[in-house]
Amino acid sequence: METELSDLTDLTLAEARDGLKAKRFSSRELTEAHLQAMARAKGLNAYIVETPDQALAMAKASDAKLAAGNAGPLEGLPIGVKDLYATNGVHTQACSRILNGFKPTYESTVTAHLWRDGAVMLGKLNMDEFAMGSSTETSCYGPAASPWLPPNWSAEKARAALAGDKRGLLTPGGSSGGSAAAVAARLCLAATATDTGGSIRQPAAVTGTAGIKPTYGRCSRWGIVAFASSLDQAGPLARTVRDCAIMLGSMAGHDPKDSTCVDRPVPNYEAAIGASIKGLTIGIPREYRLDGMNPEIEALWRRGAEWLRAAGAKVVDVSLPNTRHALPAYYIVAPAEASSNLARYDGVRYGLREPGGDIVELYENTRAKGFGAEVRRRLMIGTYVLSAGYYDAYYVRAQKIRTLIKRDFEIAFADGVDAILAPATPSPAFGIGEKGSADPVEMYLNDVFTVTVNMAGLPGLVAAAGKSSEGLPLGLQLIGRPFDEETLFSLGHAIEEAAGRAPFPEPWWG
Amino acid sequence: MPVDLATVRRIARLAHIAISDAEAPTLQVELNAILTFVEALEAVDVTGVEPMTSVTPMKLPMREDVVTDGEIETQVLANAPLAEDGFFVVPKVVE
Repeated sequence: METELSDLTDLTLAEARDGLKAKRFSSRELTEAHLQAMARAKGLNAYIVETPDQALAMAKASDAKLAAGNAGPLEGLPIGVKDLYATNGVHTQACSRILNGFKPTYESTVTAHLWRDGAVMLGKLNMDEFAMGSSTETSCYGPAASPWLPPNWSAEKARAALAGDKRGLLTPGGSSGGSAAAVAARLCLAATATDTGGSIRQPAAVTGTAGIKPTYGRCSRWGIVAFASSLDQAGPLARTVRDCAIMLGSMAGHDPKDSTCVDRPVPNYEAAIGASIKGLTIGIPREYRLDGMNPEIEALWRRGAEWLRAAGAKVVDVSLPNTRHALPAYYIVAPAEASSNLARYDGVRYGLREPGGDIVELYENTRAKGFGAEVRRRLMIGTYVLSAGYYDAYYVRAQKIRTLIKRDFEIAFADGVDAILAPATPSPAFGIGEKGSADPVEMYLNDVFTVTVNMAGLPGLVAAAGKSSEGLPLGLQLIGRPFDEETLFSLGHAIEEAAGRAPFPEPWWG
Repeated sequence: MPVDLATVRRIARLAHIAISDAEAPTLQVELNAILTFVEALEAVDVTGVEPMTSVTPMKLPMREDVVTDGEIETQVLANAPLAEDGFFVVPKVVE
């Protein structure tokens, strides 16, 4: 039977892989179907650069390998790449004006792993500038829109907003909002993303997709534009937990070029999908139950615990007493590291250059023009907390608190907890233009359930777990022991199964 | 503790970001909002706690002290806004 081209974009990564192996369609057909879907979805602003020629050339090479019987694990599967990953000869800008025109002469290790395994690159995905944001609104390319319609909006109304300033449409979260929007809108089978404070997990939760931030050190950071080096980690976004497992299997692995990247074997993550979770102990951290918490999120969390209990897991209460310090400590550590990492953008070696009377003026003018408001704010906060007289009071104190946060998790795991179940976001998706315009801290509060994981270097997975009363997707978060991504994949898949796979929105956008 | 306007200008200078006189008061409000938010940490007892220096307990890997890269001048200069004779060009630094 002929497979309709439009149907090809509805396949999961695993289904597409199996279909290619069974020769039901070619990588060329699969890739063309995605390129056509992308052409119709330009209004979502998920891709900021499309690479159709490269995609078709890669698909052709994959078809030859599939025919010859020497296909890689991702052979012929079209994916999108977050603009934070350096791609050789292809636009890489971290969605910042300061990297205008930058085309790296090298490839990030993680994307190199993906191409090695046969994946096909469709283009670069929108994101918050330098991954600083929770809504993709700080991108110099303007916000990406979620393919989910706002409650009670008609397709006509949404199309009109898409053609305008997009206000009122839902954000796909951030910073990996382009990745999440593209995956949910079926503009790629999966996407790369990064997570410094929740940038994979929050977008996954609000778009009904799946994502994992692996343990710090699991994926190489080499060739990924640095934000906060002790917190940044690469990971996948996809439509199912299984697809994330397949992606991570290729993305992970040792790299001598990143001294924090561990030299330990990459397990067969996909084998963890469907594994029994009977006898696993799941911790419910009481400190995540916040005052004034959204009752729908609280109910979802309780339902998630019941699903895991029904599947044979033991659910216990745990205490992570330093949880509430994580967000403020994060907003010291992350800007501090950013102010150091982003010192390299000075208008001399790459990107934007604004003339000045002397070298310092050149630096100052370039950075004033090149960085957006949120990045400038964080660089200034970071500079302040590292400056003479404040370093101990802010930065060293925050790093001590980080030790306390990590210790909380270590105690819970030592007590026999295999994984922790927590909410992913304080609410369903919010609207473009709705948050943070008057007070930057309002946007920061989105990260309240996710930053602890980055502060402690642990793996965190988000799986789609249902819908709000208004029909918007909600996700649940699982936090694991260091390098125990497999348990998270088993548990995440169990949640996905119990919640039932809900359809993604029909393409109202074009 | 909140920052005053002079401090805002000093931070901007340290961060090498030009700010206008009109921008400074807005930045002051925004920076103080963030500093107020992190103020709660002052109350945390961190006596005897070591600051985190490594996220995962690992020894920094060492390698042979040999040249592993180089001879890529054209690649290094490929993205330069202004380059000449194999050098990055900047305004005069030494009179």
